Amino acid sequence: MAERSALLEGLRAYRLIAGMWVRSSMTYRTSFAVTVLGNLMVTGLDFVAILLMFSQVDSLGGWSLPEIALLYGLSATSFGLADLVLGSMDVLGGRMRDGSFDTLLVRPAPVLAQIGADHFALRRLGRITQGALVLGWALVSVEVEWTAGKVLLVPLMLVSGAAIFCAFFVAGAAFQILAQDAAEVQNAFTYGGTTLLQYPPTVFGKDLVRGVTFMLPLAFVNWVPAAYVLGRPYPLALPSWTAFVSPLVAVACCALAGLAWRAGLRSYRSTGS
Amino acid sequence: MRDEDVFIELDGVEKVFEVRRKTGFMKRERRTVRAVDSISFRVARGEMVGYIGPNGAGKSTTIKMLTGILTPSGGRLRVAGIDPSRERTRLAHRIGVVFGQRTTLWWDLPLIDSYKLMHRMYRIPDARYRENLDRLVELLDLGDLLDVPVRQLSLGQRMRGDIAAALLHDPEVLYLDEPTIGLDVISKAKVRDFLRELNTERGTTVLLTTHDLQDIEQLCSRVMVIDHGRMMYDGPLAGLHEVGESERTLVVDLERELPPIEAPPARVVKVEGPRQWLAFPAAESAAVLVARIAAEYPLVDLSVREPDIEAVIAKMYAEQADRAERAIS
Repeated sequence: MAERSALLEGLRAYRLIAGMWVRSSMTYRTSFAVTVLGNLMVTGLDFVAILLMFSQVDSLGGWSLPEIALLYGLSATSFGLADLVLGSMDVLGGRMRDGSFDTLLVRPAPVLAQIGADHFALRRLGRITQGALVLGWALVSVEVEWTAGKVLLVPLMLVSGAAIFCAFFVAGAAFQILAQDAAEVQNAFTYGGTTLLQYPPTVFGKDLVRGVTFMLPLAFVNWVPAAYVLGRPYPLALPSWTAFVSPLVAVACCALAGLAWRAGLRSYRSTGS
Repeated sequence: MRDEDVFIELDGVEKVFEVRRKTGFMKRERRTVRAVDSISFRVARGEMVGYIGPNGAGKSTTIKMLTGILTPSGGRLRVAGIDPSRERTRLAHRIGVVFGQRTTLWWDLPLIDSYKLMHRMYRIPDARYRENLDRLVELLDLGDLLDVPVRQLSLGQRMRGDIAAALLHDPEVLYLDEPTIGLDVISKAKVRDFLRELNTERGTTVLLTTHDLQDIEQLCSRVMVIDHGRMMYDGPLAGLHEVGESERTLVVDLERELPPIEAPPARVVKVEGPRQWLAFPAAESAAVLVARIAAEYPLVDLSVREPDIEAVIAKMYAEQADRAERAIS
């Protein structure tokens, strides 16, 4: 009960603060429009790089262009969602250095919600739009016999993937508190993770694939469930039911990230740094 | 202080930090720093207390423990009966905090928008919000500023804006960390007038840290001095002078040039034509001294100068250091 009301309180505070940031960014309308456009173009270049590769080869690691577009679209969209919701958590280090983190701790709202909504920016919709466009094209282009299970798996992948990336952002923020200003380490995992997932698992070494399956469960964002959708062999010869465990993996990641955040906050409050 | 009047209560509160310092490649030295070393004090509801001390003395650490930001390493701490570190959000509804150098207002938005956020975040009932806002706007002279983006406000205007933001939810205690730092004389006076009014009219308990001793002189009947995490003095401002053995200065204008006045325990420290400066212990009555001089000398005018607290505190520190040195040798 207490947990539930803390969650509701957090969502409410998040909404209030995110709303303030949106209003703030709207005071500079032109700048806002330009950054949304810029965001769309920069993330778009990402996919252009893949298109360029395919102008030279017919397949990458045995995967065709629409198949890779599916991986790309799933990864980019779910990461985009997480980035929209919690993408500014890397400002935490700066807030701790200049002392403004303390001002969040004297408010009657969960700190995670306040720091999550910090610098909330709608310009990040650019990344989601671009990912969704690629995903849409991929879904109509791949040669797949659609079944109810496969159709259901697509939104499930997006939501679970977004939750897994959110957990990474939160765990990264907790790590920032402990390691002080480790924003770059966090970015390596989040932004690095999404880039990794834009390519099929077959192009990477087995150890790396193992790492992102069992250690950092990124493989459950798209590799494993997409293999089911496309009827391809699973990475690491995992059993077929693993295609549907992404939501469970996401819940576990969020729980662990929550614990890490608590530990981080407790450490801050006992050390003041 | 009756028990039911106690609002803030500290019993042997400690805060120990472990500081890690790089001493070479991959080598780190661990050192513990006692930022607050067994501090005990009580503040009654409605008191206005000044909390002073040099940089790094432990003032901010104490405030952070009182507001629930930091968890004490030892001792007992209660504010309004609540343990701040355990029930941070419950306490948040009952306290107001102003950090002098960090604004909590929204930079790009009109001032009123920050207040609307407080209204919703603290779930202040509409009628009470309206009433408090109107009162604060009037007292802090914010009427023309509500629609101005915060980035366009002067430092003094922003400070007044921040104080209003901290009081919209009717906190029972207001903590101010350097509320007058960087403000011009007029802004300082406005802030002080307001705080005095808040304390006397609304009975809000106020605890302020400051470097500006005029803040203390004009506002606080009680002052606490902290250094190296220890309480050095806790009592009325006047008593601080006695502890520091400070002196007041009596400036007298005589009808004509005369030899130095003799009126022990006062002693003449300077003579300039018909004007003479006499130093006397701060604890002595000025009235008795003036009466004696007026009876024996042709007096035209006079004024009494209070000692500067900064000097008093510096003297107090020097004496402590002296005693410590003597204890060692």
